[in-house]
Amino acid sequence: MAKDITLVCLAVGLVAVSYGAIAVVSGFPLWLPMVQSVLVLAGSSELLFTGLVAAGGNPVAVACAGLLVNARHVPYGLALQPGVTGSGWRRLLGTHVMNDESVIFALSADTVGATTAYWACGLGVLIAWPGGAAIGALLGSVVHDTNAFGLDAMFPAVILALVLPKLRDRGTLRAALAGAAIALAAVPFVPAGAPVLLALVAVVMAAKEQEAR
Amino acid sequence: MKDNGLLITGMVILSVGTYGFRLAGQLLRARMRFPPRAVRLLETAAVVLLTALVAVTAFTQGHGFAGYARPAGVAVAGLLAWRKAPFVVVVLAAAVTTALIRLG
Repeated sequence: MAKDITLVCLAVGLVAVSYGAIAVVSGFPLWLPMVQSVLVLAGSSELLFTGLVAAGGNPVAVACAGLLVNARHVPYGLALQPGVTGSGWRRLLGTHVMNDESVIFALSADTVGATTAYWACGLGVLIAWPGGAAIGALLGSVVHDTNAFGLDAMFPAVILALVLPKLRDRGTLRAALAGAAIALAAVPFVPAGAPVLLALVAVVMAAKEQEAR
Repeated sequence: MKDNGLLITGMVILSVGTYGFRLAGQLLRARMRFPPRAVRLLETAAVVLLTALVAVTAFTQGHGFAGYARPAGVAVAGLLAWRKAPFVVVVLAAAVTTALIRLG
C-alpha cells in the first residue's frame, strides 16, 4: 500500500510539473499555478481552467465549467466511511485532501486501514501537486515562446493521457467524441472558451440514451 | 487574461465551490443516497469537457486551424498513452513530434 501510494504521488507530481510549466508558458503569472494548486487541489479542473482562460475564455464562466468537473467529489463524500476524513479541526484539512486518488485508496483498503490510506495519499498529493506545479512554473518562466520545442502540443497531450483510461467505456467514448466534434465545429463561430462548454450538449444526449436503455 | 481581478475571482469560485462539493457529500451522507445514474452522468460530463478541451487545444488556434504539426504530436502521444507508455514519454513525444514536423 505504502509503495502504491508513493508511486501515485510521484505520478501526480509529474503531471503537476507539466501543468505549472504550461500555465506559465501560456502567459499566466508565476503565482497562479502555485496558489491555485494549493487552493483547488483538483488537477483536471485546474488544467481546464488554465487551458480555457489562456484560449481567451472568461475566467468566471470557465470556473463554472471547472466546478462541473469537480462535482464528482459529492458522490466521493457519500461513498467514504464516516470518520475517515477526521473530526473537529482535522476535518477541515481532511475534507480538502479528498481527491480521486485518496478516495480510491480509502475505498480499497479494509475498514481499519481506510483512514490511514486516505490521509497518507491525501497528504502525499497535497505535497506532490503544489510542489510539482511550483517546480514546473519556475521551469516554464525560462521559456517565452509557446510554440518553441512543440510545447503547445504538450497541453492537449497531458489531458489526453489523463482522460484516455476513462474512454475505454463505449458509452463514455461516444459522448466524448460527439462533444469534441460539437466543440470543433463551434470554434469559428462562438467566442473563445465557449466551444468546450457547448460540448456538454453531448452529455444531454448521453443522458437521454441512458434513459432509453 | 491580463485582468488579475477577474482571474482571482475565477480561482476563488473554483476553490470555494470545490471545497463545498468535498464537504457536501459527507454532510448529506446520513440523509440521502445519490442515484448511481447521476454519478455516472457526472463522470461522463467531466470526461466530455476534458476531451473537448483536448480537441480544441490540439486542432485550433484562435478561430482557425492550428496547422498539422500540433495535432500530429498529440496523436502520437495518444497512441503511446493507449499502449500504456509512461507519462513522461507520452508528453515528451508530443513536444518532440510537433517540433520535428515544424523543422521539416
